Amino acid sequence: MSSEAATGAVASGRPHRHDAWRKWAEIAFFVTPALALMALFVAWPIFTAARFSLYDWNGLGPLDDFIGFANYAEVLADDVFRAAVAHNMIIVVGSIIVQLPLGVAIALLLNRKMAGQGVLRTLIFVPYVLAEVIAGVIWFQLLQPEYGLVDALMNGIGLSPPEEGWLGTPEVALWVVLAVLTWKYLGLAVLLFLAGLQGVSEELYEAAQLDGAGWWQTQWRISIPLLGPTIRTWCFLSMIGSIQCFDMIWVLTGGGPANATTTMATYLIDEGTNRHNYGIAGAASVVLFAIAFVMALVYQLVVLRRDTKEAA
Amino acid sequence: MTTNLAPRGKRGGNNVLVYLIALIVVAITVGPVLYGAMGGFRTNAQLAEKPTGLPDPWVGTNYSSVLSGGSFWTYAVNSTIIAVITTAVAVVFGVMAAYPLARYRFKGREALFMVFVLGLLFPAAVAVIPLFILVTRDLGMGNTWWGVALPQAAFALPLTVVILRPFLMALPRELEEAALIDGASRIGVFWRIMLPLSMPGVITVAVLAFVTSWNAYILPLLLLQGEMRTLPLGVADFSTEHSADTAGVLAFTTIAMIPALVLFLALQRRIVSGLQGAVKG
Repeated sequence: MSSEAATGAVASGRPHRHDAWRKWAEIAFFVTPALALMALFVAWPIFTAARFSLYDWNGLGPLDDFIGFANYAEVLADDVFRAAVAHNMIIVVGSIIVQLPLGVAIALLLNRKMAGQGVLRTLIFVPYVLAEVIAGVIWFQLLQPEYGLVDALMNGIGLSPPEEGWLGTPEVALWVVLAVLTWKYLGLAVLLFLAGLQGVSEELYEAAQLDGAGWWQTQWRISIPLLGPTIRTWCFLSMIGSIQCFDMIWVLTGGGPANATTTMATYLIDEGTNRHNYGIAGAASVVLFAIAFVMALVYQLVVLRRDTKEAA
Repeated sequence: MTTNLAPRGKRGGNNVLVYLIALIVVAITVGPVLYGAMGGFRTNAQLAEKPTGLPDPWVGTNYSSVLSGGSFWTYAVNSTIIAVITTAVAVVFGVMAAYPLARYRFKGREALFMVFVLGLLFPAAVAVIPLFILVTRDLGMGNTWWGVALPQAAFALPLTVVILRPFLMALPRELEEAALIDGASRIGVFWRIMLPLSMPGVITVAVLAFVTSWNAYILPLLLLQGEMRTLPLGVADFSTEHSADTAGVLAFTTIAMIPALVLFLALQRRIVSGLQGAVKG
């Protein structure tokens, strides 16, 4: 390919047909590797998941037991899967409800001249840098019943932690997972909001100050509205992450106790790897994809559209 | 860069409050990590007797046995090689794809770019079971470095292209045009002019791809076993296999986080600007 293009370069003064052909060849040369890799490892597997969803298949023998939409009927009627979708939604909404105000508050606090600002920022970002698995293993130890740090601290101040442990009690396990996820991802929110605040011009603040606005008023009237686009994009990233949530849950609870913390991703991995129900796993994958896609599309159309319009 | 808006009279009092809140936030974010590191210096008896205590006496055996045992190093080598391959493939293919999208005018350019934008929306979890079958059965690359790295690179490509394209667009056109007039080929221009100029952007996407691969769990979980496991898999398995040895688990986990933390501290500005670029873009 490259030799063709190199000889083509000599002919740069030649008629247009040749130039056009050469341009397309160059474009193909540059773009094909990326597209081929994505076709093989992204598009094809997702297409395959959709195909599996129409068959009853345990991974052995040929894929020939076509059963139409029966897998979808089974998945959608399965209480475990329905609960998984609900858990995903709780994580999506819960992450935003908790991290947004906390993240904005911390970013506003840190967005001022203060000694050690850089160090603070770095430290707050540490949990985000760790692998979810590693963070999960640490929290698993902290949350051990009785001997874990959390229980010990609570006993120390006279509170009684749940007997089966934080991760072993179905009623609280999901909330504990959500708390750990908040710990893990709050740093990213703070970091992005701080970056958004740095973009606010100083003159606006000075003008507000001259007009006699107090700190709170300035934040509420100037900082937060101008942070809007950053917040909306962060919400999008957070949603996409929450809908795929897997690693942390797999390490902390494996989806238990009694399926209290399953997500769509843990459900489909469990069906695919432990039970070899590839059809069911395929149907669950397609549902997960559809939900993620619709959410992204609606969000893009309703919320982010404003920003692109403003930018354009 | 930043503004202090506290009215003069209140400044002192406000700052004390701000530092206090900042201290609490830092304690909560860093506390668990520090506790893990400290716990690694204790014995299991110490941990059971007084979970909230400090090491007394400090014991180094947990750490030394992790470092002298072979498995940690095996996992670390696997993680490193897989992350390097993932990064190299994603970056080379990504810059190549971003170049015509930024610098050529052609029909369907925006549609082609949309392919990469849409790629951002494909959750890896959706593809992972068929990927497992594709990689192990059809490609015969199960339990190999490449078998994990290539799909990871494919999933890293959309973000790479989406970040790099505006970066390449912003580079001055004059150099490129001058070289073309001097008779250089487009591909020569790409290698000798565009690539060196786009190094800051390339480093950013490289760091993002590296860290994502380093921390990845779901795909290695399905594809790698035994001696081929990466650090996250090793940590998770160590934690379940040695559940009685809390101090050992804490030591292993602490050592496993050091590489990512060091990389982050060394390249902090790159990672931060990359993430911010992704959000703004």
